[in-house]
Amino acid sequence: MLTFIQQLLNGLTIGSFYAFVALGYSLIYAILKLINFAHGDLFGLGAYVGYTVFVYAFGVIGGALGLWGLLAVGFAAAALATAGAGLVIERVAYRPIYPIGRLPAVVSALGMAIFLSNLIMAVWGPRYLAYQESFIPTGFWQIGEFRIRILQVLILVSALVLLGILYFVVEKTTFGAAIRAAALDRETAALMGIDFLKVIRFAFAMGPALGAIAGVFVGMYYRQINFTMGWVYGLKAFTATIMGGIGNIPGAMVGGILLGLLEAMTAGYISAAWKDVFVFAALMLMLIFRPTGLLGEKVAEKV
Amino acid sequence: MRLLGKRPTWLYKQPVRWAFLAATIALLLSFPFWASRYWIDVGFYVGLYALLGLGLNVILGEVGLFNLGHAAFWALGAYTTAILNVRLGIPTLALLPLSALVAGGCAWLISSPIIHLRGDYLCIVTIALGEIVRLVLINNPAGLTGGPNGVIGIARPVFLGHVIRTPLDFYFLVWAMVALCAFALRQLQRSRIGRAWNYIREDEIAAEAMGVDVRSLKLLAFVLGAALAGLAGNIFAAKMRMVSPDSFTFMESCLMFCIVLLGGMGSIPGTILGAALVVLFPEIFRPVAQYRLLFFGLALAATMYFRPGGLWPRRRAVEFTAGRAARP
Repeated sequence: MLTFIQQLLNGLTIGSFYAFVALGYSLIYAILKLINFAHGDLFGLGAYVGYTVFVYAFGVIGGALGLWGLLAVGFAAAALATAGAGLVIERVAYRPIYPIGRLPAVVSALGMAIFLSNLIMAVWGPRYLAYQESFIPTGFWQIGEFRIRILQVLILVSALVLLGILYFVVEKTTFGAAIRAAALDRETAALMGIDFLKVIRFAFAMGPALGAIAGVFVGMYYRQINFTMGWVYGLKAFTATIMGGIGNIPGAMVGGILLGLLEAMTAGYISAAWKDVFVFAALMLMLIFRPTGLLGEKVAEKV
Repeated sequence: MRLLGKRPTWLYKQPVRWAFLAATIALLLSFPFWASRYWIDVGFYVGLYALLGLGLNVILGEVGLFNLGHAAFWALGAYTTAILNVRLGIPTLALLPLSALVAGGCAWLISSPIIHLRGDYLCIVTIALGEIVRLVLINNPAGLTGGPNGVIGIARPVFLGHVIRTPLDFYFLVWAMVALCAFALRQLQRSRIGRAWNYIREDEIAAEAMGVDVRSLKLLAFVLGAALAGLAGNIFAAKMRMVSPDSFTFMESCLMFCIVLLGGMGSIPGTILGAALVVLFPEIFRPVAQYRLLFFGLALAATMYFRPGGLWPRRRAVEFTAGRAARP
């Protein structure tokens, strides 16, 4: 029982990371039908920007605003910087290419992914960097035999709140309706006076910003970051996106959480070394039997 | 195309093409006799990636199936060679066809249930497949794959009593394979199967309506491409004398994908050119080693902007209409 609850908590935490990152993939795929391979590395960039702010601003902001103030500044900086990077990448590497075709856009996205991870390596070096304890909330609550870390609660709550806000924006507001319309049929949406560029910009700012927040959380949770982390989490989060049904916001959340739970449970009960094999095998089975995902998009192949 | 404008027609004249081919072969044959050992090795890798690229070109270039897990089949070929050679002592070169068979067979087993998936989904399944194969190799099932350390001590291949040992030997081995495969694939390209493949790529539904057996032809392409990767795996294992999971990462699959798209989908000389670029790029930029992949990423995006059809696109119209009329 103890293992179960502990793994449940771990699974939910990891699942929140995946959900955060999966959202960016899903949002961009919904609008452009482009798998943004660079998204995972934008998430990595977020973790590094957060780290830099924490390390260099620790003395200044940490003294004036305390730990929580420092965290707020760090998260804001990471989200803003990464959103900016997302917008630049969209402008420079995708916008000139997606009128040409989808395959060149995929290659361009791969190129950007390689570029970004190597940029991170060139700036911050190839070695692991450690998130120091002084800027991580280390408290925990002891309930009976097991403990809940404040950080885990923080991660879960922010996942719920932020993804809830995004869900509200996309499903309930006028701008959200514009996004959904653009995702459904770009040309008709443009004829109805929807500014397609604005929708794209929203997706390329919002997705990476959420990814960056997840990046900082991952740094805090595992206490270390590396320039290759973007690939790893990107791939997993993409799996989560597919599981939930690509192009679907609640789907990305459900897929992320489910993937996290699956991973934690296989690690806890079967074997930690085989957990990724189970994750990817589940993905393949899912695609064979229910290719549109759990809450899948409903699209027939257009003739 | 946009950069260079319209290409002059004399480039397509038959004698010019033959002269160009002869010059390329002469360059490839003479290269190891004036280059240093190091560059011969680089030449070997160009050949190896050309072989991998040719395999992926069948899947991605001819039929348009997104495959981002091609390294998995390469790994299967390499590990088949390594395990059977080290455990049972079967000569490495004799395992060449077997490695291709194993990789092709696995591809058939795995791709049968997923081949109907549309573009992006197939892409994801192949990514997952690549990761599964790599993770299984790391996890060392039944002590066969040696875990993260891999399998070491693969015997040198022996060809008609001659031990293939030096970079020069391997250079000729791999390029002989490339020449053989390129020729065979070119013949296939111009056959009924090749045309059906291209038809599926251009419009799957129309092809099916015209009576093309889409499913079988897609499977055939997948199996054939994987088998070529298996061949490359055998040569790679023989050259390195060891195999480890580190060699078969997702990054490698991405590089192969880029080779095909850089060269031009469905273009055999294009694929070889793409392999040369992908291998030579980091070598040429070795002085700025830390930043070379950075530039590589940028170069990929830039190439797709300036030449979205690849650097050496295939001329379909000439081949199928004018070419046919010229040769009754």
